[in-house]
Amino acid sequence: MQAIISISNLVKTYASGFQALKGVSLEIRRGEIFALLGPNGAGKTTLIGIVCGIVRLSSGLVRADGHDIHREYRAARSKIGLVPQELCTDLFETVWDTVNFSRGLFGKAPNPTYLERVLKDLSLWDKKDNTVMTLSGGMKRRVMIAKALSHEPQILFLDEPTAGVDVELRRDMWEMVRKLRDSGVTIILTTHYIEEAEEMADRIGVINKGELILVEDKATLMRKLGKKQLTLYLHGALAAIPAALADLKLELADNGNQLVYTFEAQTETTGIAGVLRRLNEAGVEYKDLHTSESSLEDIFVNLLKSK
Amino acid sequence: MNTHAIRVIYKFELARWFRTLVQSLMSPVISTSLYFVVFGAAIGSRMAQIDGVSYGAFIVPGLIMLSVLTESISNASFGIYMPKYAGTIYEVLSAPVSYLEIVIGYVGAAATKSLMLGLIILATARLFVPFEIEHPFWMIGFLVLTSLTFSLFGFIIGIWATGWEKLQVVPIMIITPLTFLGGSFYSISMLPPIWQKISLFNPVVYLINGFRWSFYGIADVSVAASLGATIIIMAICIAIIGWIFKTGYRLKA
Repeated sequence: MQAIISISNLVKTYASGFQALKGVSLEIRRGEIFALLGPNGAGKTTLIGIVCGIVRLSSGLVRADGHDIHREYRAARSKIGLVPQELCTDLFETVWDTVNFSRGLFGKAPNPTYLERVLKDLSLWDKKDNTVMTLSGGMKRRVMIAKALSHEPQILFLDEPTAGVDVELRRDMWEMVRKLRDSGVTIILTTHYIEEAEEMADRIGVINKGELILVEDKATLMRKLGKKQLTLYLHGALAAIPAALADLKLELADNGNQLVYTFEAQTETTGIAGVLRRLNEAGVEYKDLHTSESSLEDIFVNLLKSK
Repeated sequence: MNTHAIRVIYKFELARWFRTLVQSLMSPVISTSLYFVVFGAAIGSRMAQIDGVSYGAFIVPGLIMLSVLTESISNASFGIYMPKYAGTIYEVLSAPVSYLEIVIGYVGAAATKSLMLGLIILATARLFVPFEIEHPFWMIGFLVLTSLTFSLFGFIIGIWATGWEKLQVVPIMIITPLTFLGGSFYSISMLPPIWQKISLFNPVVYLINGFRWSFYGIADVSVAASLGATIIIMAICIAIIGWIFKTGYRLKA
């Protein structure tokens, strides 16, 4: 698929000497939802800041929809919308005025019909004449998104979009992001909520200490790095793994009341049938069983640990 | 050129001013009126005419200039400092807007406000003292030029400032003293020779005298020198702003 954002060898060294990005190369595909994960200080916001024109790059090349963000900054920036981490908007302005301001700033002629649709999609229409300061935190977050969408961008950066947002609103936002993707907008989001990336992303990038350590399709990542577990709830507690089963990857849990068998998610044959047969042969009886899969969060934590 | 961006920045800045119109207008108008009462009516009645102009009328250009200088700086510095402080500057920096367009929007709005204020003070002054304007076009010209120049200066201060205190330091510590010592209330020919020479290093002397000439045709320095000084200050401000945007000084990390 064609790249809508192309980043090559991006380096950012701040005046303090701190190197926030160490030669990052990344391609974001047109129309995808790309989740950029990383711990605090990993370089996520710096990366977004450079692509959006807020932070100066030290070296490297960034193109947005084929336009160099420096030499063709007007064309590049007009394609991009940004929802920053902080709730930064003029509190004394009305919702309607602030989205009109954003649209004009990005060089677009006034279009009340389009802005009405954006506000309605974000359930903000009935608040359009309210000043931003009178809105709740969740509503302010929606205003930030409305501002970012006001100039009809093709690329939308969401930097921690659901930070401090309640569960219901978070679900609404996920739904809205999916709709945007379906309408052709490419979405790049950073988040601390791994389940958010797991829920929404098509691809995932993990950045740590200024280096991109992994970029993978979410499904492939889960398959390659994910683990599955079979938990057997025993009739009677075991003091130890029976010697006849010592060659299996079994562990005791819950004071010997559970047996846990761990297997790789990507393997064709899980070995479950064999394990169950061996348990029968060894006379280990169980009353229930269930399988579970490691979450993206587990994968993420393991990845960071391994680096 | 991104004219839509210029339009919305300009409109946003004026809207902010209109939201606080009472404070924005009443404060300078009241303080200027008090100057007229104190210096014009009370003290002025005991002062001799200066170059054939009554003292009350003589101080009109200086007082307008005092308000225009301080308001230009204050409006422009606040206009760009506020988005920096609130974090909303991200939107301007990430928009397809050139530095020139940003400056036109912010500085244009600040200069417009100062110009309007200058004209309102002019009208207020007319209530206290009778005067005629000998060169009205030059008067408007000097007013526009001064509003623009010091709005550019204010824009620089707004970017330089890292706190509210710094925003006030230059207007209070430098501009107000220079204006008071720049002949707002007197002709520099009334000073001892040495202080006359020292006064010529004060750029505000040239602004006030050019403006006063447009009113009464009298000035301590030539009109060409006044015009030249204003243009030089403007050129210096433009050069500094160019450098700020080129380097991203206090705007971009």
